[in-house]
Amino acid sequence: MSLYRDTGIVVRVQKLGEADRIITLITRKFGKVRAVAKGVRRTGSRFGARLEPFGHVDVQFYTGRTLDVITQVQTVDAFGSPIVADYQRYTVASAILETADRLCAEEGEPVLRLYLLVIGALRALAGGERDAALVLDAFLLRAMAFAGWEPAIVECARCASPGPHPAFNVAAGGAVCARCRPAGSVNPGAEVLILLDALMVGDWARAEHSSYPVRRQASGLIAAHLQWHLERGLRSLPLVERRLREQAGVPEAEQHAEPHAELDGPATQR
Amino acid sequence: MYEGVVQDLIDELGRFPGVGPKSAQRIAFHLLNSDPADINRLREVLGKVAEGVTFCEVCGTVAEQQRCRICRDERRDATLVCVVEEPKDVLAVERTGEFKGRYHVLGGALDPLSGIGPDQLRMRELLARIGTDEITEVILATDPNTEGEATATYLVRMLRDFPGLTVTRLASGLPMGGDLEFADELTLGRALSGRRAL
Repeated sequence: MSLYRDTGIVVRVQKLGEADRIITLITRKFGKVRAVAKGVRRTGSRFGARLEPFGHVDVQFYTGRTLDVITQVQTVDAFGSPIVADYQRYTVASAILETADRLCAEEGEPVLRLYLLVIGALRALAGGERDAALVLDAFLLRAMAFAGWEPAIVECARCASPGPHPAFNVAAGGAVCARCRPAGSVNPGAEVLILLDALMVGDWARAEHSSYPVRRQASGLIAAHLQWHLERGLRSLPLVERRLREQAGVPEAEQHAEPHAELDGPATQR
Repeated sequence: MYEGVVQDLIDELGRFPGVGPKSAQRIAFHLLNSDPADINRLREVLGKVAEGVTFCEVCGTVAEQQRCRICRDERRDATLVCVVEEPKDVLAVERTGEFKGRYHVLGGALDPLSGIGPDQLRMRELLARIGTDEITEVILATDPNTEGEATATYLVRMLRDFPGLTVTRLASGLPMGGDLEFADELTLGRALSGRRAL
């Protein structure tokens, strides 16, 4: 196979030599692909800005000896512009890309569900209709479910007794009942677990009616759960800009109407 | 593997960006065959770089003194500051001969994927300059890529509330000598939104 073609999301770019870059993509059919884009840093490059992070592109590759070479690129969705125009969205989108890159360890192994999740999350961010921090938390929960680390929310992580349970323990794997509760568990409050469940199943109406302190607690639990499983922390997660209080005016739920294909359906369907 | 100091030299040269083992070997043997006076000159320059290069206390570019040549020059327009990512960008703008103001070097661009946030860049120093100097216009000349655009977005948000300060961004669009059909969507979109009346 000397030439092959696929659609993918640009998740990382690294400088190579004088004017080249190594582009890391998560593609629909071939999973993670690292390929060289020659001359892409020159102002007159035929690739232009298509191979920038957050780009959803249709790419033709030439199979190389060590790394494949990108020969043609066409934009499918230009998520970059609207994301970069808002710093919070930019930091959130960066965390999404880094998570996807880390969860997709093996090159060439198909990760269709993760690919669709990333596209759904970037589309939601580029649309700007949902709170960026909620989009990130929903993505992280579902990405963890993809990796096999889905936190237990409605039943006890140890004995599987039905909840709601008051305690949450990252090491145990999520919510824990009073009998199984290990030392060092936190008591996040019922509203936090309701928000986690809403984000997991895609119930945006419920998620967007949550208060900001509840969102902050939920984000903390999700980040702790993710970093526990990843073992090495994400560089971008501490830099994610989170709003500290609700903005005055119309409640967010009233501003959103259009559903997003990948992030709206129940997680179990994917 | 060569013996002793020759191999050490090849190893050290091989650590430079863009220099692979073959290039390192070629440079090493070029140096071995060079006039001793040339090698002494190179050694002196490297010694000066190790001891003498500092960063300008005002703009952050490389300088030999506390203040760089541009910040010391009274003829430069002190009301105009061009914000760039790296010292090499100062040279790029200087080569145009169009800009007569001063500079501010951030030391990079906001890149969460590499763990670079606002605290890792010289943004606080820029705010301090705007608060004390007579600056009336800040030109954002960060790179026209994702990280550079995000840095410009962040700076606009920080600077827009300064009274009497104009914040501008370098224009971007189609390169001269190219074909429209090969322009990417982002660049073409920028060129359209930044069009001007003739």
